[in-house]
Parts: sequence; structure tokens; C-alpha cells
Amino acid sequence: MTESIERPTSNPHLRPVGLRGVAADLSSDQRAFKNVSWGKAMMWIFLLSDTFIFGCFLLAYMTARMSTTIAWPNPSEVFALTIGGEEIPLILIAIMTFVLISSSGTMAMAVNFGYRHDRRKTAALMLATAVLGATFVGMQAFEWTKLIREGVRPWENPWGAAQFGSSFFMITGFHGTHVSIGVLFLLIMARKVWRGDFDQERRGFFTSRKGHYEIVEIMGLYWHFVDLVWVFIFAFFYLW
Amino acid sequence: MAQAQAHSGQQHPIKLYMVVWGLLFVLSTFSYLVDYLGIQGYLRWSLILLFMILKAGLIVAIFMHMAWERLALIYAILFPPVLILVFVALMASESHYTVLTRLAFLGGGP
Repeated sequence: MTESIERPTSNPHLRPVGLRGVAADLSSDQRAFKNVSWGKAMMWIFLLSDTFIFGCFLLAYMTARMSTTIAWPNPSEVFALTIGGEEIPLILIAIMTFVLISSSGTMAMAVNFGYRHDRRKTAALMLATAVLGATFVGMQAFEWTKLIREGVRPWENPWGAAQFGSSFFMITGFHGTHVSIGVLFLLIMARKVWRGDFDQERRGFFTSRKGHYEIVEIMGLYWHFVDLVWVFIFAFFYLW
Repeated sequence: MAQAQAHSGQQHPIKLYMVVWGLLFVLSTFSYLVDYLGIQGYLRWSLILLFMILKAGLIVAIFMHMAWERLALIYAILFPPVLILVFVALMASESHYTVLTRLAFLGGGP
């Protein structure tokens, strides 16, 4: 943390903090966000762009739902599962939420062990994250299959407003794609960590640059973002 | 630990992550209970939004380490999404108009 660092004196590496720091960062003639690596900054900027995409999807859904004259299906009933002869509302979605939160927990710990250069624990935790992510996608595939069997299409559904189908497939589909891509990247990065690429400074096959353990944190940013988006989808699409 | 920066990266005690993980579980359970117990009306919407914002805040601040980032980065990332709320207000107004015209000219039928 940089709280202890005050305005620059003789040491050029010391940067001001607080609002002065913001001004100094953004007016610097070199690069903004001092002490933040370009990799991390670029991931954040990508995630900001992704925020706008998901924001627009949820907005489109809000607009469709608010402007339809036909009743919107009750998600609590649509996503209910019959377990042991009893209908439990939203149970699958709740389990999916817990699975995704757990994957965020293991990812956060993987980042921590990454910075401690404990490659075995880091790789194992990233693998656990990938497994939980794949479980989530599997459950989503089950959910899609069930709803398609019940007649949900992007243009119609048996319970009311047709826009429900298009909103559902668009929003959960785009989120599921993000999770799937995340699982893929997690597996690739877990392999690199396990093999010790970041200890031996092995060069990447694509960029031929030396990687370091910060990539685990950058990977983590993406993964937590996917969990973050689900928090909003859970609230606005399934609970609202 | 507090001096960790750039090269050693974000180093925080594992316990902190465990606590946040637990809190996220509890908050998700609360969100689910809102639906399970069938709470309706304004109480439902405010509870859902409250738990959502608390969860989102915990994820961004602790898991994504935003609480420890440079202020310039925090502002650059967190401020633009707030403007989406303006878009929400615009589209809500637009949808009210659309549904009004639909009811007026189409009679509410499909």
C-alpha cells in the first residue's frame, strides 16, 4: 500500500497520494496509474468495457420488461425444481450462485499463494476454480435444456411475454460464454504455474515475453468480474 | 505486508478472503430467502438491491483488491459505470411512454 508515501521530495519514485495523487497520475507525461502494471490496468479497462456490454444487456431487458403489455413470467416459478415431490423455487439458481461464489473464493486464495510463489497450491486452487466454473456451466446447460424442453424460445415462452425468452438466452448465454472462456484461461494458466514457468522465467509461446505471478491476479480480476456480473443477473433477472 | 506493492503484489491474509467468502455466502442466502419467504412490495426490491450492492462491493473491494489500488485507477474504473444509472433513467422513461402508447393504440392485447 502507498498510504505511507507522501509527496515526492528528492526521491523520484515516491508519488503523492489522495487527490493530489490522482492529479499527478493523470497529468503524468508518461503513463497513468503509477505503480499499477500495464497488464493489470489493461484488464481493468477491458472489464470496464465489459461492464458497459452487460449494462446494455440488462438495460435492454429492463426496457423490454417495463414496456410489454403482457404479463412477465414469474421467475420464481419458472426456475423452480421439483425435488422429492416438492416444488422449490429458484433452487438451481441458488446452488449455481453458491458454486460461483466458491470459485471466487478459491481464485482469491490462488492469487495469494501465487504472490507467495507457492506454485503447487496456486495451480491446485486455480484448478479447483476451473472445476467449479465448469460445474456452473454444466448446471446452466441443464437449465437451458429444461427450459427449451418446456418450450422457451427467443421469440416465445409458455408463460407470457415473449421478450422473456430473448432476454434469458441473451443475458445468461453471454455470461455463460464468459465463464467458459474463463475456465479455458484458468486451465492454461494453471498449467503454466504448475510447470513453473514464472519461476524459470520461461517465455510465453505467443508473446515470447517472460511471465510473472501477477498474471494470476490479472486472471483473478477477470474471474471475479464474472462472479460480479452474476450478482447483478441474480438480482435483476431471477429475483426481480 | 502493508508495504507490498508492484513487485510483490497484493498480499493480504488468507483469513480476510475466508471472511469475505463467508459473508458472500450469507448475503446470497439472504437474497434467496427474500424469494423463498415470498416477501413482496417495496421491502422485496430494497432487500434485493441492498444484498446485491453489498455483495458487489465486497467482490470489487476485497477480491479484486480495489480497496488497495491507486485512487486514480479507482476513479477511472468506478465512476463511468455510475453513469449507466443515467441511461437507466432515460430508458425507464422511454419504456413508460412505449407501454402507454401500446395500451392506448393496441388496447393491451398481444
